[in-house]
Amino acid sequence: MSTTETTRPETALEPTRGARFTGWAGNYLDERTSISGLVKELGRKIFPDHWSFMLGEVALYSFIVILLSGTFLTFFFQASMATQVYDGSWVPLKGIEMSAAMKSTLDISFDIRGGLLMRQVHHWAALLFIASIGLHMLRIYFTGAFRKPREINWLIGFTLFILAMLEGFTGYSLPDDLLSGNGLRIIDGMVKGIPIVGTWTSYLIFGGEFPGTDIVGRLYTVHILLGPAILVAALGVHLLLLVINKHTQFAGPGHTNDNVVGVPIMPVFAAKAGGFFFIIFGVIVLIASFFTINPIWVYGPYDPSPVSAGTQPDWYIGFADGALRLVPPGWELELGGYTLSLNILLVLIVVGVFLVVVALYPFIEGWITGDQREHHIADRPRNAPVRTAIGAAGVTFYAMLWAAASSDLIATHFRLTIEGVIHGCQVLLIVGPIIAYFVTKRVCVGLQKKDREIAMHGYESGRIVRLPGGEYIEVHEQLDDYERWKLVSFEDYKPLMIRPDKKGRITVNQRLRAAASSWFFEDRIAPVSRGEIESSHDGGH
Amino acid sequence: MATAPRSATRPAKSARKQRAAGRRHPLATVALIMVGLIGTGGAYALFTSSATAETQTAAAAQLDDGGKLFAANCATCHGMALQGTTQGPSLIGVGAAAVDFQVGTGRMPLAATGPQAEEKPPQFTDAQVAALAAYVASKGPGPAIPAAEYLTGTGDAAAGAELFRINCAMCHNVAGAGGALTEGKYAPSLAGVSAQHIYEAMVTGPQNMPVFNDDNISPADKANIITYLRYLDQTPTPGGFDLGNLGPVSEGLFIWIFGLGAVVAITIWLTARSN
Amino acid sequence: MAKDHDGAEGSIVGTTVEKYGDNPPTAGIAVVVADQIPNPGFPPFRPRVTDLYPEKARQQERRVSALFVISIIGSVFAIAAYIAFPIVPGDIGSVRINNLLLGVGITLGLLGIGFGAVHWSKTLMDGHDLVEQRHGTRGTAATREKAVEVFTLGNKESGFGRRTLIRRTLIGALVVSPLPAVVLFRDLAPITDPVELLRHTLWDKGVRLTRDPSGTPIKASEVTIGSAFHVIPEGLNDHEDKLEQKAKAAVLLMRLKPEDLHVSADRADWNYDGIVAYSKICTHVGCPVALYEQQTHHLLCPCHQSQFDITQEAKVIFGPAKRPLPQLPITIDADGYLIARSDFTEPVGPSFWERKL
Repeated sequence: MSTTETTRPETALEPTRGARFTGWAGNYLDERTSISGLVKELGRKIFPDHWSFMLGEVALYSFIVILLSGTFLTFFFQASMATQVYDGSWVPLKGIEMSAAMKSTLDISFDIRGGLLMRQVHHWAALLFIASIGLHMLRIYFTGAFRKPREINWLIGFTLFILAMLEGFTGYSLPDDLLSGNGLRIIDGMVKGIPIVGTWTSYLIFGGEFPGTDIVGRLYTVHILLGPAILVAALGVHLLLLVINKHTQFAGPGHTNDNVVGVPIMPVFAAKAGGFFFIIFGVIVLIASFFTINPIWVYGPYDPSPVSAGTQPDWYIGFADGALRLVPPGWELELGGYTLSLNILLVLIVVGVFLVVVALYPFIEGWITGDQREHHIADRPRNAPVRTAIGAAGVTFYAMLWAAASSDLIATHFRLTIEGVIHGCQVLLIVGPIIAYFVTKRVCVGLQKKDREIAMHGYESGRIVRLPGGEYIEVHEQLDDYERWKLVSFEDYKPLMIRPDKKGRITVNQRLRAAASSWFFEDRIAPVSRGEIESSHDGGH
Repeated sequence: MATAPRSATRPAKSARKQRAAGRRHPLATVALIMVGLIGTGGAYALFTSSATAETQTAAAAQLDDGGKLFAANCATCHGMALQGTTQGPSLIGVGAAAVDFQVGTGRMPLAATGPQAEEKPPQFTDAQVAALAAYVASKGPGPAIPAAEYLTGTGDAAAGAELFRINCAMCHNVAGAGGALTEGKYAPSLAGVSAQHIYEAMVTGPQNMPVFNDDNISPADKANIITYLRYLDQTPTPGGFDLGNLGPVSEGLFIWIFGLGAVVAITIWLTARSN
Repeated sequence: MAKDHDGAEGSIVGTTVEKYGDNPPTAGIAVVVADQIPNPGFPPFRPRVTDLYPEKARQQERRVSALFVISIIGSVFAIAAYIAFPIVPGDIGSVRINNLLLGVGITLGLLGIGFGAVHWSKTLMDGHDLVEQRHGTRGTAATREKAVEVFTLGNKESGFGRRTLIRRTLIGALVVSPLPAVVLFRDLAPITDPVELLRHTLWDKGVRLTRDPSGTPIKASEVTIGSAFHVIPEGLNDHEDKLEQKAKAAVLLMRLKPEDLHVSADRADWNYDGIVAYSKICTHVGCPVALYEQQTHHLLCPCHQSQFDITQEAKVIFGPAKRPLPQLPITIDADGYLIARSDFTEPVGPSFWERKL
């Protein structure tokens, strides 16, 4: 049943016209590009199969959809803030002055067939792009797939996440409508709050006083040239490192740290991944044909005086907007005649520190464990309880900031007061992650114990048997070796013992590492050993 | 008699429904104007010059009814002489428009104390509301029930939209979907609210809403705002379902729950081993 | 390269790749369990129905091609919809139908291919798991030695390490060379000082308060109690920097009962008979604060929920803002129109570093 890369012996039939053409074309290309080497190298590379391994592909494919739909939009969009008078199909804006950017976006929406569809595809795909990056990052984090040798790729992925948010925000601002204009106003206010350089930075960004007549054009250059160029380059490196490092796989029978088990690129993975691209594209178009996104015709052109209730950024900027809302009153100082806006600085610091910790996490954990081996087996989240708990705490922290960004809508939809929602979010921002940490750690350790129990004694079958002696027992169904292996094959660490180094000293670094490692591993549950299995079989029922 | 202007809004409403449901018939607008004009004209005639002895008696009877209804349902909080109590504000000079808005939308009588009076099915018939309005209006001059010519929704939607963005959108949201105020209060959604009630809310400033008197926003501009809101009500959202017009929050929730939900379901199907 | 897994030897997690030779990387604080349960190796292959029954395979084959045909139909439908359901100028309903039908057609065209290809791979393509060996990411000892040799040679042949003067001046030149590019960006903004601009608005002594957007002046008598007017300075609509000026000069005008206002001594003549004017630009990050509650006299910012109490000279009573909204001193002119007594006495809008100077 062996199906290796060796091709099947060809029958001696005359090759068909198609086969002759393929052969000729292959030869033509290879003699000019030596592509055969690449095909040989990559054609039968193995990809492990697990649903969570497809999340990065979702991001990649939505990015391609963004590039395609965005290119269409550039043919019609005018990135200019020159004032024009609207005279298109949307009656409530007829005769209203607006920028060329806004007018051309309205024309794309109402006067170009498929224009609205492409706008909605572009915007929905952008939301899906960043959401899938987020979920992909969570998968990497919770399975420990960021460990050596993939720390650098985690950093590149993180950069992609930031770039994606930048691309999203610049794109959101381009139509120069009321909602995005107020978003830019907030950015302007935040930049001005930066000590010393803030005022000038804002002045340079907007080319004068807010809003100016330059910002849309500048954002456009960032959005369609600079951003995508850096993004595509970083994406290329991200995928190249993926190929070099090969994909991680979950523990399973036959899976080792030295192999990859799965399907080959040619043909199974190519068909699946290629098909999946079309599915993602299709799902985005489906959403775009049924659901409105960013109805700028309702928002109207930007004007510094009006504002809409429920003025929020797109979801991925929400956490920063929520952080702005949660700052308690009065956080602003005067220092020797200068104004220090702590209410903005604090947000920048908290959000900045959070992102830096996310970016550096692989290095932090690597320093604690001191483990310099390569890891290609993805952890089950329960088998790294502290890491999983830290992740849950981080997710809760982010979620509270995120929820705070919709405090007004939460208030109106759940019949609460805005003040109550804000105070609740403030408390939960601090308490929530702590609760999440301890609950998650407990749950993980509990699940590990259950795994251990099942590995040693098998499943409870629900079948009660009366023994000859009158004793009732429940029959346990033993696991087969393959199933048990999934439960017992995981890494085990013990806290670092403090020992003096060669000079007989105990360094601060070592003390810190020892403290961190005992925090990480003191509640560890060791994997079941062979001896334990055997003794449980002997002593068990 | 005071119900006449109301009757002008009713056919307008049903005409709108037809339009929303089917294709837009050019005659619908004409019909709407006709109905509006007849209604207004009739009401105007009744109100002004040709007041017959019959209508005078009818008016007196209506005031009498209004007084009784007021004593039975409103006086506990607003006082027998409309002077107000600790429970409710004085109603002297609030005008018929305030009564028609508050009682006609069911906000009054108050069901329970809360951050603000909420809209609910009205407790009184149109005739009873009219009687109450006439009674309160008789105790002190105030904004009258708007003339039907401003309620037809045939003004300048663009001018109305601009005024709406400047004066209304910060509380009611640019699409009129409503929004939060302080301490549990909120600006309600304007979808489906009758033109008359919108007009009355603007002139009387119910509860925490500011007053937009005729010197601030002229009656013609109020008619423009109503026209814009009618346009939003009647025009299908071009891009498909509007997700409540709540902006990026509902869009974000949608993509996470349904978009990413569907995608994850597909990835699970994709990587599941086939039988 | 990929091999079929039959007969592959099981090994434990964390085995070192042989490439490291004598000097394997440290395992840190990892515990190596001596008595580890052995990897049972690959489970036997479980054939699919399509592997066992050719007629089932043929059925799936038909299904896959049906999906591809659906895709073709969808794409053709999209083209047909584009032509058959054009956008009628002025008819928003036609935009909706065009969007919907075009979208549905394209969706079918894409999903048909997608589901077809995936179904094909799942049911008809070879279902065996294959195995590929990993090799340590680092290069082999020989390769690494070669790389070091390349660098050594490069260093030796160029003298980069030896010729310190050349090296240092080169590094210096490289560091300085991007600086002109930084300087070039200076003209992103005009030459004028932003701090001065932030201090002044269009308001000045005698400038009439006018309605936003019409620009018509407002008489004090028109502002009844409970009213809120959105106000711009007279002449703003004709100003060349209309939006920039509006972004600083937008004002909210309200009338309260004079006894409700707590007026500080130095602002005694800033209101006119209970009519007060405050900047609409939030002192937090600059959203328009315009949600005026006429009974509580609170102003709410819809962006970050800062609340200001108009009876207490717009003091912050909730939310992240620190400073009260700047008040515009007003009075009336000879014709009874509301006018400003002066510009704002402090910069409006969000705080900035040089605000106080």
